[in-house]
Amino acid sequence: MSIAHDEPTAYPFNDPAGLDLSGKYAQARSGEGLLRVRMEYGEPAWLVTRYADARLVLGDRRFSRAESVHHDEPRRGEGPRDTGLLSMDPPDHTRLRTLVTKAFTTPRVEKLRPDVRALAEGLVDEMIAAGPPADLVEDYALPIPVAVICRLLGVPLEDRPRFRAWSDAALSTSSLTAEEKTANRDELRAYMGGLIEEHRAHPADDLMTALIEARDVNDRLSELELTDLCVGILVAGHETTATQVPNFVLTLLGHPGELERLRNDPDLLPRAVEELMRFVPLGAGASFARYALEDVEVGGTLVRKGDAVLVAVGAANRDAGRFAAPETLDLGREGNQHLGFGHGVHHCLGAPLARLELQEALRALILRLPGLRTAGDVVWKTEMLVRGPRSMPVAW
Amino acid sequence: MRPVADTTAGAAADATAWRVTVDRSACLGSGICAALAPEAFRLEDERSRPLREAAGPDEALLDAADSCPAAAITVTEGTEVIGPRP
Repeated sequence: MSIAHDEPTAYPFNDPAGLDLSGKYAQARSGEGLLRVRMEYGEPAWLVTRYADARLVLGDRRFSRAESVHHDEPRRGEGPRDTGLLSMDPPDHTRLRTLVTKAFTTPRVEKLRPDVRALAEGLVDEMIAAGPPADLVEDYALPIPVAVICRLLGVPLEDRPRFRAWSDAALSTSSLTAEEKTANRDELRAYMGGLIEEHRAHPADDLMTALIEARDVNDRLSELELTDLCVGILVAGHETTATQVPNFVLTLLGHPGELERLRNDPDLLPRAVEELMRFVPLGAGASFARYALEDVEVGGTLVRKGDAVLVAVGAANRDAGRFAAPETLDLGREGNQHLGFGHGVHHCLGAPLARLELQEALRALILRLPGLRTAGDVVWKTEMLVRGPRSMPVAW
Repeated sequence: MRPVADTTAGAAADATAWRVTVDRSACLGSGICAALAPEAFRLEDERSRPLREAAGPDEALLDAADSCPAAAITVTEGTEVIGPRP
């Protein structure tokens, strides 16, 4: 058992610029019990780094997200965080999430594949026509998921410059004050409220219309829940995928043997995306602490009722107790049940869509641009929940 | 159509019982069902399995079927598919 009154270690560990996994995680993983950590803001927490422990905490209802609302949640930014579905537990969480799940199931999103493939190839055509260099983020990685989620949800694509700024701010960790964050959230809600009214007047074949019907006809959610659900889908529906595309490309460029293997065998793409999801630690650190609803032993530490637990999925994904040669990028890895999309009730709602977008985004780049390489310095996002290039010049 | 001989008390109860199946080849191992309804689903080899195929009517089973990102859970009552709900 660890001693609870040790001075907590400063957290997060990872350098925000880059995609490295801090060596401190390996230490924590092999240490006894759980490590006690403290983030810039909020109360100290237990840090989970081992795969089995991560699955226990994420997949067990004795650990709550809703409880975080009543605590001084560990966080990097100053203001309190309002994370919609991610701040709820069942049954409220289930009621809202199931309204949306069907639009994102594997069989449903698979029907989008031809469109997503055409979109990716069209963007590569434009890059080739304009000639190098291109910004892989602005010219490729962002437009794909933005176009897909806009069409699916029913948001006009031409509004992208407007919601881009709000979306950035919603996921930023420390560059904004609490007041600025609140103002930003209100602007985004007002924008979405306007779109909802338009959809009420002119129903369309999209998810927003379906959610409006769930509210107006079946009374399954409140107006604010409707608005926040649409905002959440828009923001979460593109930002992470747009970030992982350049992250994956950078990682592949750093492993030329594996990149060559993928070029020679594009059928590896689905497995390659899973391996990249496992290998790339997207976050600067764990966030969205879980709160114990009763005393639970986790990895040799007795977590007391009311304690906060942070789950470092990036570390769990490199646990040698679960993955053979965990530090090796192996695009053909089998049985790769990584935690890159999380686990349990909060498992990424858009995982099937993200998988499809990542597969198609990589496919078009790899097959069409065999000479793809970086052509200048990558500028990193440093104050976001997710790590990745803000801009990434490439040539081919 | 059931033969008349089958309409014993046991068979009648069976006709109203729910049946839960998981398509393990479609299952992604998200762990959502096992977290939502631990009394009905367990992850074995990181894939979901119903603990019992026959189950009493239970809203949690429908919630689990509705929540599955792989649409891998099916709940039936007799011959009627009742989960995932439309």
